[in-house]
Amino acid sequence: MRVLAAMSGGVDSAVAAARAVDAGHDVTGVHLALSKNAQSYRSGARGCCTLEDSRDARRAADVIGIPFYVWDMAERFHADVVEDFLAEYASGRTPNPCVRCNERIKFEAVLDRALALGFDAVATGHYARLRRGDDGVVEMHRSADPGKDQSYVLGVLTQDQLAHSMFPLGDSRKDAVRAEAESRGLAVAGKPDSHDICFIANGDTAGFLRDRLGEAGGPIVDQAGSVVGEHEGAFGFTVGQRKGLRLGTPSPDGRPRYVLDIEPVSRTVTVGPREALSVRRMEGVQPRWCGPAPRGVLDCTVQIRAHGEEMPASVFVADDGAGTEGRVVVELRDPALGVAPGQAVVMYDGTRVVGSATIETTGP
Amino acid sequence: MNSPVTYLDHAATTPMIPEALAAMTEHLRTLGNPSSLHTSGREARRVVEEARETIAQALGSRPSDVVFTAGGTESDNLALKGMYWSRRAGDPGRRRILASAIEHHAVLDPLHWLTTEAGAEVEYVPVDGLGRLQVDALRDGIERDPESVALVSVMWANNEVGTVQPLAEVVRLAQAHGIPVHTDAVQAVGQLPVDFAASGVDALTVSAHKLGGPAGVGALVVRRELALTPVLHGGGQERDVRSGTLNTPAIAGMAAAVELAVKRQPEFAAETAALRDSLVARVREVVPDAVLNGDPGPGIEHRLPGNAHLTFPGCDGDLLLMLLDAQRIECSTGSACSAGVPEVSHVLLAMGISESHVRGSLRFSLGHGSSKGDVDRLVEAIGPAVERARAAGVADRRGRAARGAVRDDEGGS
Repeated sequence: MRVLAAMSGGVDSAVAAARAVDAGHDVTGVHLALSKNAQSYRSGARGCCTLEDSRDARRAADVIGIPFYVWDMAERFHADVVEDFLAEYASGRTPNPCVRCNERIKFEAVLDRALALGFDAVATGHYARLRRGDDGVVEMHRSADPGKDQSYVLGVLTQDQLAHSMFPLGDSRKDAVRAEAESRGLAVAGKPDSHDICFIANGDTAGFLRDRLGEAGGPIVDQAGSVVGEHEGAFGFTVGQRKGLRLGTPSPDGRPRYVLDIEPVSRTVTVGPREALSVRRMEGVQPRWCGPAPRGVLDCTVQIRAHGEEMPASVFVADDGAGTEGRVVVELRDPALGVAPGQAVVMYDGTRVVGSATIETTGP
Repeated sequence: MNSPVTYLDHAATTPMIPEALAAMTEHLRTLGNPSSLHTSGREARRVVEEARETIAQALGSRPSDVVFTAGGTESDNLALKGMYWSRRAGDPGRRRILASAIEHHAVLDPLHWLTTEAGAEVEYVPVDGLGRLQVDALRDGIERDPESVALVSVMWANNEVGTVQPLAEVVRLAQAHGIPVHTDAVQAVGQLPVDFAASGVDALTVSAHKLGGPAGVGALVVRRELALTPVLHGGGQERDVRSGTLNTPAIAGMAAAVELAVKRQPEFAAETAALRDSLVARVREVVPDAVLNGDPGPGIEHRLPGNAHLTFPGCDGDLLLMLLDAQRIECSTGSACSAGVPEVSHVLLAMGISESHVRGSLRFSLGHGSSKGDVDRLVEAIGPAVERARAAGVADRRGRAARGAVRDDEGGS
């Protein structure tokens, strides 16, 4: 197959590209330039879009012996990921930009372009397993390395996208991948993992949001509506957050209070006790299914944040089966604490990813 | 990687001609710093001075006008900064620099630096739709206040679209007011007749690797009467204007390349222009809506003989480049790259070409060794490559439209 390997400059995508070559594919490496000014996003810290990362990716391609190009995806990334991130926060939700990037950049903009150019698949260094059944349907499963599993941020991929994807690291553990990189002579073998949000250079998400969405203070109220404090901008808050509230009025029982709700129009942040965070019911929108859309009630497990625990649930699919329109209602068997609207709820059947939706509302 | 290479990027760099390779390797074996006083030093000095005479002879200058540098970029920096500082030292009012809007970055960036760091006021003279300097605009710029002009810099021929600039008129306008003229002739030497003295310019940049010589060596041919403030300070090896131990082997290689390139120029230009014309015609047979950018000629008075710069509407130039590269056909988008991504060409934008057309452009540049076989392979590959690049462009636009992020200038095509 003709394979396009997306190479971030990190160790995982480098080994993934090398393994695709070993598997006999005709591989071309591509580094995605995601910032119009390559130095404006994340310099110094580890991310996926600095000039240094581009150079690391190029050197890895040299060592592997494949052609290498840089694709300018800055405009798409800004429109589909950064602006979406800002709009979600402006609406009081807590988005996951890595999910969005996989959905719209790596496995949509890049994949569509690659297919048009005559490639058969896009390979990435994600930790998730793909299994192609006899019927040709591709299933996505959790990684062999539970600590690195990235199936959560890939839960948005549809069957069509999965059918043209390769995750050569799915069966491996991270330490084995590093060792392999070392033995292959890849200089990125010891490079630290990326984390946080690649387009926020200093890791200061609240500051990033404040700079772009403006300072807009508002009241912090308790569940009864009494003002218990002030904030300088609601954008930095996340449902379930406890630290950094700086409340002037102590709670009557002296117990810690948590963010329960963010209302963006009046900029009101509601706080309350831990038990008020308890969520048993969620409504999700924009469901995306890895295979055929399930109908009716689905007994499964769900994960509601990256690296979060897996929780038993029943999912009601209020959908005609068409795929992306419609809603899902998730009933958790045991309540969860601090579920942030905007995050993805990813549904699993055992290790298999069934699909995902974006959490819109939550309830007890 | 066993397939033969179809190299259509001679404007980026050229293969070394055997004579240059031989001259250079011979002197890589010999010891001697040309500034040393002993026998080995004198022998090295002799090689350098013979090279200087050879180059002077080929380019129509006196040997003492030739200042060796590390290449075109250094020569441009030396000419612009050296002339500006020196002219301003003589008359603090001389702060204006007039340059064409389509200069190479090796000229534009020093000019930008002079603006921000040394109080220069740079005026970029516009070009017409074919990429030719608007002489009237230059005249207006000079005559508005000739006393404040430090220098004029206009390239001999443009590196992206190949348009030959009206240098004789530039020189006439500037000389009327005693204003010195620099020209970046990096693309011109070997392609066009270049005679330093006859041209009337005061300083001329030449680079060895663009004409069959080694990279990392070049010269600024500059009238020795013209005062230049040095950029590199040190041992004062080159007329006290340029310091650094002279690179004897590279200079020997450059001299061999310049001598032959200039000697062969008439024949080379005729053959290469014919080959280029057939490349353009045959590519346009396969891709009828491909547009030739720059001056269509005819003749080398209008356009570099090796240059074919084409827009393929609906394509991204860098994707087309990648598809051709997969078949070992090597070309360029023509514009500078930053971090591996081609910048939007300031040259094409200055010519008034829309941004979507700019992005769909490729430069094919022929040189010594180019053959009909190269053109055949390109003609065979270009049709399917354009088709694929267009499909990718459609996918990109569809994706952007779905997300509401389509730029205004991309409604059509």
